Amino acid sequence: MIAVYCGRCGEPRESGHPACDRAMELEPPRYCPACRRRMVVQIVPTGWHARCSEHGELTG
Amino acid sequence: MTDILEVARQQVLHDGTGLTEAQALECLELPDDRLDDLLQLAHEVRMRWCGPEVEVEGIVSVKTGGCPEDCHFCSQSGLFASPVRAAWLDIPSLVKAAVETAATGATEFCIVAAVRGPDARLMAQMREGVAAIKEAVDIQVAASLGMLTQEQVDELADMGIHRYNHNLETAKSYFPNVVTTHTWEERWETLRMVGAAGMEVCCGGIVGMGETNAQRAEFAAQLAVLEPDEVPLNFLNPRPGTPFGDLPVLAATEALKIVATFRLALPRTILRFAGGREITLGDLAARGVEGGINAVIVGNYLTTLGRPATEDLAMLSDLKMPIKALSQTL
Ligand code: SF4
Ligand SMILES: [Zn+2]
Ligand SMILES: [Zn+2]
Repeated sequence: MIAVYCGRCGEPRESGHPACDRAMELEPPRYCPACRRRMVVQIVPTGWHARCSEHGELTG
Repeated sequence: MTDILEVARQQVLHDGTGLTEAQALECLELPDDRLDDLLQLAHEVRMRWCGPEVEVEGIVSVKTGGCPEDCHFCSQSGLFASPVRAAWLDIPSLVKAAVETAATGATEFCIVAAVRGPDARLMAQMREGVAAIKEAVDIQVAASLGMLTQEQVDELADMGIHRYNHNLETAKSYFPNVVTTHTWEERWETLRMVGAAGMEVCCGGIVGMGETNAQRAEFAAQLAVLEPDEVPLNFLNPRPGTPFGDLPVLAATEALKIVATFRLALPRTILRFAGGREITLGDLAARGVEGGINAVIVGNYLTTLGRPATEDLAMLSDLKMPIKALSQTL
């Protein structure tokens, strides 16, 4: 999946998002990087998964 | 004037009597060059009144987001423009999370829901989920489901919930700045019923929400009146889209002073490092564990990620602090 949008703020990735990238070390993505839809995210103690209704599931 | 740490050494360490509100404020206002002394005393108090064991817990969100309440720090409120979407965890995933948590050596597994209070659907999910966990793995099950009715308290006790978490969040005088959809007193009432039903009471809060040191001392004193079995301490991790989204993160020195002061105000409680410690303390977490903390949450939180459990367990082993075993908690 090509990351067109930032998973944290949902804005286009064309410019850098250093603060979002840093924050994402301790949080899962909330926006689908392909279409910027808000994803349904479930965190468990050992991991997380995030689902976009169009682009399927990301895990971490 | 007598030095507050001299007074606390006698009163808290030797006699086991927690700091008063005024004394807690004095500790919070100590200059940074007294921080080491403060942490050292808090550590001695923890060792004397709690022992060297550290209680390890994992938490999971069974119902995420879409909450009708307006707690200004919370990304799960449906009233703010937060990107967190509503989600339910199914029972097989809940059981799997409990099994994985137990495998880390944790003795506590807390099931959390973003609700004002549970509805019939959530209570049914809890009944089924708790039974399935108890069938699958040996771990104490705790819950955090918001405000309860007496019937719900009785039902949770009957399910075998051993500890119930409900945070007062902050000092009574500051609460209206944090939450407007319910009151501090309503939260207190749930805690009173939980304790009366024989479940362990877990009640803490979040620091770094703009409260003053005087309000932190007030909060510590109010918790001391409640006498909770456990106090989870969270440090505000400002969440995008929430009213507190732009507040600064607490300075590490300030956070450590709060940790040590809460230990001195609550000498016998299980004082747990909860959310926000990674961004607030970074590599200084060990100083908190040597400054009054005797419990940790391992792995991820509800809407943010923590450090992998293995890192925390390695830290505890470096500090020569044993992990509390299940047999000691039963
Ligand atoms: S009641 Fe709980 S989930 Fe709901 S807004 Fe407050 S802290 Fe968040
Ligand atoms: Zn971004
Ligand atoms: Zn998508």
